Amino acid sequence: MDVAIVKYNAGNICSVVNAMRRLGVEPLVTDDAERLMAADRVIFPGQGEASTTMAYLREHKLDRLIRSLKQPVLGICIGMQLMCSHSEEGDTDCLGIFDATVKRFMPLDHADKVPQMGWNSLTDLQGPLFKGFKGGEFVYFVHSFYVPENVHAAAKTHYIHPYSSALWKDNFYATQFHPEKSGEVGERILQNFLEID
Amino acid sequence: MLAKRIIPCLDIKDGQTVKGTNFVNLRQAGDPVELGSAYSQQGADELVYLDITASHEGRKTFTELVKRIAATINIPFTVGGGINELADVDRLLAAGADKVSINSAAFRNPQLVDDIARNFGSQVCVVAIDAKEVEGEWSCYLNGGRINTGKNLFDWAREVCDRGAGEILFTSMNHDGVKTGYANEALARLADELTIPVIASGGAGAMEHFRDAFTQGKADAALAASVFHFGEIGIPELKSYLCAQGINVRI
Repeated sequence: MDVAIVKYNAGNICSVVNAMRRLGVEPLVTDDAERLMAADRVIFPGQGEASTTMAYLREHKLDRLIRSLKQPVLGICIGMQLMCSHSEEGDTDCLGIFDATVKRFMPLDHADKVPQMGWNSLTDLQGPLFKGFKGGEFVYFVHSFYVPENVHAAAKTHYIHPYSSALWKDNFYATQFHPEKSGEVGERILQNFLEID
Repeated sequence: MLAKRIIPCLDIKDGQTVKGTNFVNLRQAGDPVELGSAYSQQGADELVYLDITASHEGRKTFTELVKRIAATINIPFTVGGGINELADVDRLLAAGADKVSINSAAFRNPQLVDDIARNFGSQVCVVAIDAKEVEGEWSCYLNGGRINTGKNLFDWAREVCDRGAGEILFTSMNHDGVKTGYANEALARLADELTIPVIASGGAGAMEHFRDAFTQGKADAALAASVFHFGEIGIPELKSYLCAQGINVRI
């Protein structure tokens, strides 16, 4: 199985490489169009800011490339946000794979801290990423912006209010949380991604 | 709902854990990777590795260790000890750490907090504060209590929060090692005054101390070392207890 990880100006790519290795897969980290198109799976991970990462993707023509991919693609954290149509972070037009606008968490009271940092649970699970899940599983989040509930939601989480913590449309999958840092539950999600028919 | 976090802390010297010889079923009791793995499997939500090595050689050993931890462990981990400048942060994050914890370097150069937040994001910047209450006044100390900075705990915590710290790791020196519970009043005041998560440290001796840190102390996370290392409290039983007490934890 050839797994390619999109190389761009976002942090936290090495933890995804480590997670793939723990599953017995040696991933290729690349921004080469041919290699990305030829891979069996593409992972679009990262931590970063929407406008600067999006500008980099456009400059390197990775925006059109990612949209055109036909194999299963998994966006993680900022990767998921960039796969939406627009982000309030830097008022940024994004890839438009998911018809959704990324919004900033607005605290309702003092206990609502932004970013959300830590373990929160998943409900309303849909699709192959969550095969074998019952709902209620905890995963690890670090984020200040969120995707509201929408038709593409593959999982929901409650922080301040309910929101979409995973998305799924055709061959595109995305998680707001970090499966690579979410213990055994996260490893099952990554394994499920590798096993999509 | 966001879960309250339980965080074992491992002290590392020359690449080996200092405490923790009482841990069962480990091939190498002193191996920080194996100990961290065991905690992770038991349900620890995060790990903190503190490098207490003084020498330059030891620092290199620690960076290599961070790479091994990152390759093996599938939950977030923070590293601290000996971080003096941005280059140290860069080196440790590149090795695979999720967050760094800074303490005395922040006092020497408060701008470092701003720089870490701007270059790597607030979420990687944990500011550790060791403080002691003397005659009702909480002051920050360095070097294991030998140096009184003269800074008030709450003033300093607010300052680093404003500068972009992502979390505060507050250790009460009055409570550390005494095992009679965390400094819940000071914790609650920090939680009320700050807009970032607070990790309670110092004083855990029984399961109800964790409960009190979360309820009375309003802490987002509780850190402990010896009660876990010496097997006095198991993480699975602690989490079951907290759950039964109505506290949202990851089980």
